[in-house]
Amino acid sequence: MNNQTHSPSMALTGEPPKSLSIGQKLAVFLGMSGLGILLLAVFNVNFPNKTLWMTLSLSAISMGTIWFSWDAYSKKNPGIKNDGVWFKSISSRGLWAWIAGLALTGFYIVLYFYPEYLGLVSEGDNKGVIGLFDPLSKFLSGNPASQWFVYGTLYTVAILVFGIKFLWKYRHNRYERLRTWSVMFFQLAFAFIIPELMARLNGDKILNGGSLPYYDLKNIWPLNYYNFEGYRIKAFLSSGEIGFALLIFGILSIFVITPILTYKYGKRWYCSWVCGCGGLAETAGDSFRQLSDKSTFAWKVERWVVHSVVVFVTLMTTAVIYSYLGTDTSKYWLTKSSFLIGVAVLLTLVFGWAMIFKRDQLQKDAQYGAIGYFVIIIALIGFHFFSGDGEVFLFKSGTLRKSYSFLIGSIFSGVIGTGFYPIFGSRVWCRFGCPMAAILGFQQKLFSRFRITTNGGQCISCGNCSVYCEMGIDVRAYAQKGENIVRSSCVGCGICSAVCPRGVLKLENGPLEGRIDSNQVLLGNDVDLMSLVNKK
Amino acid sequence: MEHIVIIGNGIAGVTASRHIRKLSDKRITIVSAESEYFFSRTALMYVYMGHMKFEHTQPYENHFWKKNRIALVHGYVTKVNTEEKLLHINGAPDLNYDKLIIATGSKPNKFGWPGQDLDGVQGLYSKQDLELLEENAPNNTVCKRAVIVGGGLIGIELAEMLRTRNIPVTFLVREKSFWNSVLPSGESEMINEHIREHHIDLRLGVSLKEINPDENGRVRSVTLETEEEIECNLVGLTAGVTPNIDFLKDSGIDLGRGVKVNRFLETNVEDVYAIGDCAEQHKAIGNRRPVEAVWYTGRMMGEALAQTICGNRMAYNPGHWFNSAKFLDIEYQTYGWVFPERKKKENEAHFHWRHPKEKICITIAFDKHSETLLGINTFGIRLRHEIFDRWLSENKTIDFVMEHLIDANFDPEFYKNFESQIVSKYNSDFGKSIKLKKKNLKRIFQLG
Repeated sequence: MNNQTHSPSMALTGEPPKSLSIGQKLAVFLGMSGLGILLLAVFNVNFPNKTLWMTLSLSAISMGTIWFSWDAYSKKNPGIKNDGVWFKSISSRGLWAWIAGLALTGFYIVLYFYPEYLGLVSEGDNKGVIGLFDPLSKFLSGNPASQWFVYGTLYTVAILVFGIKFLWKYRHNRYERLRTWSVMFFQLAFAFIIPELMARLNGDKILNGGSLPYYDLKNIWPLNYYNFEGYRIKAFLSSGEIGFALLIFGILSIFVITPILTYKYGKRWYCSWVCGCGGLAETAGDSFRQLSDKSTFAWKVERWVVHSVVVFVTLMTTAVIYSYLGTDTSKYWLTKSSFLIGVAVLLTLVFGWAMIFKRDQLQKDAQYGAIGYFVIIIALIGFHFFSGDGEVFLFKSGTLRKSYSFLIGSIFSGVIGTGFYPIFGSRVWCRFGCPMAAILGFQQKLFSRFRITTNGGQCISCGNCSVYCEMGIDVRAYAQKGENIVRSSCVGCGICSAVCPRGVLKLENGPLEGRIDSNQVLLGNDVDLMSLVNKK
Repeated sequence: MEHIVIIGNGIAGVTASRHIRKLSDKRITIVSAESEYFFSRTALMYVYMGHMKFEHTQPYENHFWKKNRIALVHGYVTKVNTEEKLLHINGAPDLNYDKLIIATGSKPNKFGWPGQDLDGVQGLYSKQDLELLEENAPNNTVCKRAVIVGGGLIGIELAEMLRTRNIPVTFLVREKSFWNSVLPSGESEMINEHIREHHIDLRLGVSLKEINPDENGRVRSVTLETEEEIECNLVGLTAGVTPNIDFLKDSGIDLGRGVKVNRFLETNVEDVYAIGDCAEQHKAIGNRRPVEAVWYTGRMMGEALAQTICGNRMAYNPGHWFNSAKFLDIEYQTYGWVFPERKKKENEAHFHWRHPKEKICITIAFDKHSETLLGINTFGIRLRHEIFDRWLSENKTIDFVMEHLIDANFDPEFYKNFESQIVSKYNSDFGKSIKLKKKNLKRIFQLG
């Protein structure tokens, strides 16, 4: 044990199996030079030809990253290659991980709260890095860039270039390839280009001179908790039929499209095929997926936090809509009172249905939690009829809206969710914070055809599946018992199935009957023993 | 309260303890010298490769054991006194038992090669072996070349491990083709090719003569039967395993290669049982070997013995044989029995299909006369365990299997499937005209 080259901890501080190749070093240099241009712009170096320098910067960053991954994966045989993941500083919470985490977090704080440091100017031309992106923004939407445009561009570039890396890394796996093409497409088209083009139409004849709100069509309430704010409804309604159609689409996607797709395919159709947050986690976040906490404690925290966020967002949206509705039934049928009664009826129906028909699929604490929350919401709605105008739920709707937007919209989804990728793994937001994921998860758990099937007795409990589950599900705990995996949080990324060396796991859509086979005993022993243990 | 003591915290011992706890309130103690908490040894390779940290190989969190009232003793059992029902433990106080379960697993085989105990020569089985490997082969400057002796599953895993650290590997296999005592020739040949694709210096039909020391008593080189000498800093001995039962020699417990047990996993001494790798059946069960060093048979013996100990005396009665492995990037699954050419019985016929380019193939064994399915091997295609277990139990014919092959496919969604190519080769090989049926969820999940 006194050998100098031997690292006794076996994994954590060991050296990487391979240092960077010459190609990778050059690629890092190229990428860093692109990043350098952006940094210079942040410090207000004024570039003469913004279009040229922005193109140079983004191309250098993209080419550098793509070259690096090409060098890393093209020389290896197709197959799972997680070699050295836990030896590398960046992917095992080492020094580089902390540096990257702090840099990202810092970037988010500046982006959300101090955009003027990035060069945002409210009156007059933008400066700094935001100014650098003005030409691109004007080209797409006709407007100057904002900090969100810069962020959106970088976000899209990240999904595209790390998407290419992901495609190479998992090139043996068609499920992973198709899924990655899908998230790349939805980010580029739906999240980035289409809303910009829609903005270009504003004031146009097609919209009857109205203006559409900036609308990423694949963002569904409650993920876009602001979708039913007064200003957006006004914008929708100002744009004639197209605007009205979009508003109807927004409502249909909550109550019709989402449940149907989730019934058929599980929540993965959204979380790992379409969603932008998921898209970033799957591509840029792929190197950090193994860092999610799998302890039962983390699971408990997850359940309480994510469902509390759903309750909060529901209350807030109700309050916001309530705040701009009128009281006079003769003007419009939808008034404050009829709206609240409608919400109460809907929530009662959902709650009643789950408690009466699906009680068996909920754990004890889920039942208590659901009852508790339900009582609180109904009580708060009841308050309306006793309390004065303008205030619902004892708070001003504006206060609720602001605190949600700050705590959840900025701090949780951005600063912690993405900034801490290298520390807590790639899906912190999706797992603990996303109200959309929670609602889809509820549907997935209760009535989806989706499950992860385990393959008889083949599991050797090696633990690859659990380690590489980005949602922190202890997949092995189910697989070693031969149980199907039906978990609210599963986003269906398919990596557990991909890393399994024994072919134990398969994501599939099948009949609802017998979907949750908690009594199934591992195949292997003769039938008598199986039926005996099944008896319980 | 009855005290159950289990020696060994591998999959067999731990499964027994968990099931005894499920079924009863008995006092349970597990004694192990290898590790404080249960870990899955099949995952040790992934720790060296950097896919996981050691703690990830532990299926249960550390508080699990206390919560389930399973006491853990960290120490090495030196002697078993069956008269007084007493264990002498190195590293812990003596322990009394009411019932004793021996689940001590295996140790790597050594066949008396000269130099087999030198520094730098090791097997790969225990946690200690992995720690030793980290010392012997941390990188390719300390270990400039490794030689692996023995062409089985552990050998190829060790080769894969070393290659992730860019250590050159020479892989000595005594047979003419890799693992051809188990695999039919087409499959074995495909794995040979795949091993070479990974830049492993595979030497077939080669035997080790001796291992040569340097001046410090470390390995310097190996000499082959052909007198060729290969310089190396690590020799991996992976020519199988033997039951780890030396400490039982004077205990009065009947020993063969392993601890002799009957179908109820009972030894000749009352209240003493043996399960897992170290147990040896008096008479082999079906085509199985008397000692089965397979991970999941340990689990099954643990399940069965827990029933016996909790008052429901039950024989160990394994169902259809199955197994799986991964050869570098190729997954392998087998259900039922497919024998290699030299072990094939008179009535066993094979159908073999191999993908023209990819490393994907399938072999189905069936009875020449009745055409019933005997077994299947697949490489690069995942199969649904339940379906083959059912088909084997129901004695389906190979024609039926061919028609319904798509039902058994367990590959991830959107994967290319090859059933139509497989069936058309089958039709042309055997002059049949089988038509592939469409995949049917009702059949797969056995619904109305």
